[in-house]
Amino acid sequence: MSSNDFGFDIKGLAEAGLTVSLSGRLSVENFDKMLSFRGDIFSKYKPSSLVIDLKDVTYMDSAGALFLIEMEYESKKEGIPCEITNMTKEQRGLLELIDRDAYEKSFQVTKKAGLNFIEQIGHEFIKFLDDIKNIITFIGMMIIKIISSLFRLSSIRWNDVLTYMKKSGVDGLPIVGLISFLLGLIMAFMSSLQLKQFGANIYVPALVSIAMIKELGPIMTAIIVAGRTGSAFAAEIGTMKVNEEVDALIVMGFDPIKFLAVPRVFAVMFIMPFLTIFSDLFAIFGGFVVGVLGLDLTVHTYIQQTMKAIKIFDIITSLIKSVTFAVLIAGIGCHRGFEVKHSAEEVGTATTSAVVTALFIIILVDSMFAVVLSYI
Amino acid sequence: MKEIAISVENLTVRFGDSVVLNNINLNVFKGEILVILGGSGCGKSTLLKHMIGLYEPEKGRVIINGIDIINADENKLRELRKDIGVLFQSSALIGSMTVYENIALPLREYTGLSDDAIERLVRIKLAMVGLLGYEIYLPSELSGGMKKRAGIARAIALDPTILFFDEPSAGLDPITAAELDLLIKNINNGIGTTMVVVTHELESIFNIAHRVIMLEKEEKGIIAEGDPYILRKESKDPRVRNFFNRHIPEHLYQKT
Repeated sequence: MSSNDFGFDIKGLAEAGLTVSLSGRLSVENFDKMLSFRGDIFSKYKPSSLVIDLKDVTYMDSAGALFLIEMEYESKKEGIPCEITNMTKEQRGLLELIDRDAYEKSFQVTKKAGLNFIEQIGHEFIKFLDDIKNIITFIGMMIIKIISSLFRLSSIRWNDVLTYMKKSGVDGLPIVGLISFLLGLIMAFMSSLQLKQFGANIYVPALVSIAMIKELGPIMTAIIVAGRTGSAFAAEIGTMKVNEEVDALIVMGFDPIKFLAVPRVFAVMFIMPFLTIFSDLFAIFGGFVVGVLGLDLTVHTYIQQTMKAIKIFDIITSLIKSVTFAVLIAGIGCHRGFEVKHSAEEVGTATTSAVVTALFIIILVDSMFAVVLSYI
Repeated sequence: MKEIAISVENLTVRFGDSVVLNNINLNVFKGEILVILGGSGCGKSTLLKHMIGLYEPEKGRVIINGIDIINADENKLRELRKDIGVLFQSSALIGSMTVYENIALPLREYTGLSDDAIERLVRIKLAMVGLLGYEIYLPSELSGGMKKRAGIARAIALDPTILFFDEPSAGLDPITAAELDLLIKNINNGIGTTMVVVTHELESIFNIAHRVIMLEKEEKGIIAEGDPYILRKESKDPRVRNFFNRHIPEHLYQKT
């Protein structure tokens, strides 16, 4: 037997009482062995009394203490006397550390009963409805606050508005520009493959500009802003909630929505139309590159064809759309942030949910726009 | 001569341009409770974090149970980590896991025991810190004192021979803090664990410390060492006496 093992020696007769001499290490590594030993003692030997001798034990940790306690507990349950002998001062100290009454009482089921499948569906559905209600309430409340602050312009924190305009607008311009440019390039290229067959290359400029201005410009910009800015808002406000900063604001007499959400929403509202226009321009430029270099269109033709396709009405509706998206993205981002209560994990959930919810609602609202605009 | 558990040799710590700790030499003996104390910003927590190998020092060595933790290879370090438990200032329980899962985490990683055995061990740790019945709570649902207890239960999950405590009683009410001191003392008496405690709560210091070392900001090092009761009365250094007697230095009285 190596010194790392747990060993035992059983003396005496079951009827007359057993003496169990333990040796070696009563420690975590040997815990499984000790547990099966304990089972054996009580099922095989059925002793009338038990003496546990610790003389040869070289080391005991809390797993060993647990083993001894369970031996005593089992004996008590079986109604046999149990005695532990040759315990050192340290071992006794370790045993005394454990609140035995609580330990013995604690053997009850602590797992929460799970819901069944149908209950889960119902639960999730109610949660979903609640969530929709909350978002609508929050956005409604925010719109009221925005309108009320429009009457008192000095109550808006303009410095914050400018900072967020820079963060979400200026800093986001390169990625918006790049993605739109490539999008225009791809659109022109792919459509030309088809249109070439009919000699209809001349319609590529109109296709790119109409598609961008009416649909893709606002949508692409909204998706990028939701990913960059909506998530950032949720994370910022969420972390502030965790750190009790939001509570501090309330105590100091600030309205957290006015203090935190309104400047953010304003900033995104101001900056989104510009980003959308930039997105349109970059996409048209992408189409232009393909048109001039690949499709034998002259610079003049391309620009002229584009100008002919663009209608002022489309531009205006596209800007209205982008402002609507801005309110929704920023509002949902802030709302998700405010929903965080106290843990780091919730901040992560809020950030993800801010982006996903915003994307979902953007598509929803965009299809509503499409239907409404087709009747005007 | 008592056996040395941890020895810090010529430890120098620098953050950017400023030297925080300069040439610290320190031994911690087996089975003792050593308290590191000093005013705010004197580098107590920094020293602790170097002792557990979280930061790398500018110069010097830290040797725990004969292993140089700064230069040891991964395997040795892993073995050593089993022998060390740390209670962080904020308890650092993993927020997405219940109390039970937090304590079971090191047991699952290091022991390969069956689930049943792990459950029993977790319960026994919870019984030691008086938290039975809170297994399924998330850390965010616990009070500050309970979080610390759960943190201790996790720290002692593998029965380490050395425990580190970073400001165990910070932010706790006096009764909870005293209970925690008692728990620390009981663990030390019961298991004989070596303990290094960083704190500036006088009450705790007098309650638990076998020996203290005092760090000072200007000196960037140790200015006193010994039994706190003796230091309070007999230290020749006014800074040490002031600390133990809650005495404000003379020059700050001028305005009042």
